[in-house]
Amino acid sequence: MNEREKILARIREALTVQAPFPGEPRAPGQQRPSPAQVRKWLPPAADSFDEQLALFRQNATSLKADFYALNLRDELKSRLLALRDAEDWRKIASHSGELTDLGVSALGVPVLKTDSGYDINELEKCDAGITECDALIAQTGSVLVANRSAGGRALSVLPPHHVVLARRKQLLPDLPAAFELLKQKYGCNYPGMISFITGPSRTGDIERILVLGAHGPRKLTIFFL
Amino acid sequence: MSRPVQQFKAQAELSTHNLRLRATIQTALEKYAVVRDTNRRAFQDYQAARQAAAEIKWEAINHLDRYLEQFVSKLEARGTKVHWAGTGRLAREIILGIIREKKARSIIKSKTMTSEEIHLNEALEREGFEVVESDLGEFIVQLNKETPYHIVFPAMHLTRGEIKELFNRELAADASDNPEELTRVARRVLRKKYVGADIGFTGANFAVADAGMVSITENEGNARLTAALPKTLITLLGIEKVLPRLEDLALFLPLLATSGTGQPLTCYNTMYGGPRQPGESDGPEEWHVVLLDNRRTELLADAEQRDSLHCIRCGACLNVCPIFRNVGGPAYGTTYSGPVGSVITPHLRGWQDWKHLSFSSSLCGACTETCPVKIDLAHHLLQNRRKAVTQKSSLAGKLGFKLFAFIFNRPRLYRRVAPLGRLGQKLHPLVKGTRLDPAYAWTKSRATPQIAPRTFREFWRERNLHEIQQRPMQETKGQNQI
Repeated sequence: MNEREKILARIREALTVQAPFPGEPRAPGQQRPSPAQVRKWLPPAADSFDEQLALFRQNATSLKADFYALNLRDELKSRLLALRDAEDWRKIASHSGELTDLGVSALGVPVLKTDSGYDINELEKCDAGITECDALIAQTGSVLVANRSAGGRALSVLPPHHVVLARRKQLLPDLPAAFELLKQKYGCNYPGMISFITGPSRTGDIERILVLGAHGPRKLTIFFL
Repeated sequence: MSRPVQQFKAQAELSTHNLRLRATIQTALEKYAVVRDTNRRAFQDYQAARQAAAEIKWEAINHLDRYLEQFVSKLEARGTKVHWAGTGRLAREIILGIIREKKARSIIKSKTMTSEEIHLNEALEREGFEVVESDLGEFIVQLNKETPYHIVFPAMHLTRGEIKELFNRELAADASDNPEELTRVARRVLRKKYVGADIGFTGANFAVADAGMVSITENEGNARLTAALPKTLITLLGIEKVLPRLEDLALFLPLLATSGTGQPLTCYNTMYGGPRQPGESDGPEEWHVVLLDNRRTELLADAEQRDSLHCIRCGACLNVCPIFRNVGGPAYGTTYSGPVGSVITPHLRGWQDWKHLSFSSSLCGACTETCPVKIDLAHHLLQNRRKAVTQKSSLAGKLGFKLFAFIFNRPRLYRRVAPLGRLGQKLHPLVKGTRLDPAYAWTKSRATPQIAPRTFREFWRERNLHEIQQRPMQETKGQNQI
């Protein structure tokens, strides 16, 4: 018997004795919690689009992320230019995408594209990483990215400033909705990495005092188009 | 006395008398408690969420074989190499084998308690590899040549002043004690390590069976970088980490965050499904997942205590435990400390050496009340005590209780012996607090309870005598009242 078989045999042997069910015995046929039930237990998420947007803004702000809802696509360019000048971006990194292409084209600085392999040292030198995303989650103020939608695993975490370009229809009420989306979108072929990004990188390891920018980005800016 | 007992006593003695340390710990845990309570209240029905989490973990653990096989076959389908390790030694050999085969020199690690459990860093360093912890708290305790003080807050026992001195000494930094500046120093040092590391090493919070994904919860981004940059990634996880379905995370991620650090959700919750796939831009070329048993199956075989495998290692029970808060993590001498550590360690590492942990508890039940997956830890501590004495109780203890039962079952004998206790108590101050005191272990730091000046029988007899004398008066009183 190899190690796998030995461990599985020990598990099966152990499980021949039934363990008590936690709490009240489950009624026969009672189902595992549905997303609708989980939704009723978690912190409340708003119903209408406007309320969800307000909730996302409120959560993102308390997480110390910058959130801007923009009316026109032209406004994106001017906002990005303002960031470039304020932070003196010399080089940025991004990936191909409808929104990223639009945003990056206006910047006039060298762009490292991460779509098909890149040098880590080059990415490390970039002042900002500009990505798209899979969804925004109002309940938690999170940005949902996957390596397929956001230029790989490192682009959203290595540069000191992560800029997210999101579409209006990507706003979701809560975590159960986010997992439903993942299931629909990726089904049985999940991407190598899926990440819920909830505010800029942080640590409290020194006397539980909050410091932003531990290993990941110090700044997270979300543009909502 | 076994060595772990001596160590527990010695370390507890030191910690409980260190008022500065206790103040540091209390401040940190009070900050945690405030945000934890706020964010638990934000749930619409926190108790229902907890109950559902307990049920989901029950389902996972009680069908562990099925879910593990599903998890592994999904992982393997996408090119991940899965290794099974029955013991810590075997896990170390597997990991060393991978590192040697890759001819690697440097390893960057993100936080993993399971690697502490198998003493991986020591094994790797003995073989001449450079191992760097990247979680800030772990980095600090590694530099300070310590083990983590707490499973979630490894460096909570150090003040910013101590960390400043450590960094200035070990990293030749010139930092002030500003936490932001200290974090920058660590970030700068570790960035270089990331870019140069041959191997990335992570733990896992959940193993999602239906998606074949590993879920990692963190705040700093260090696990994200560890799983993105090095060419080879190794992930070590205990077999009990399984969750049946990806959507279960909608419940578990907020529960883990609220109980672990008090946050509504930690900064990065990331699920990994495989090494770099064709057409993907980055990620490790090889991903090795090492599944560790290390006597978890023995705990599984104990149906009564099986639910202690439901633990998601949030650390909430440590934070509320009056013992942990005062004696601190190092006294336990175990990887997993606090109430859950006291419950599982004897199963994982042997009863004779570790049963004392279940006795160092006030059984106040705060752990049971706070556990997000509803493990009845206080009850398990009691069960452990029972197991410890049925397995092997001390001769002195056995004789003591036999004598106790003998006397207390014989009223005449008891009445004769009782005055001896009072005599003993009168003489006790002569030896109290010295080594000659037979009750030294108890009395050196506690007041001795006073034996009542007379027994109940004596009291009753005296009272009746008194009443007979008083009766005529009481009767008149009664008549007057009518």
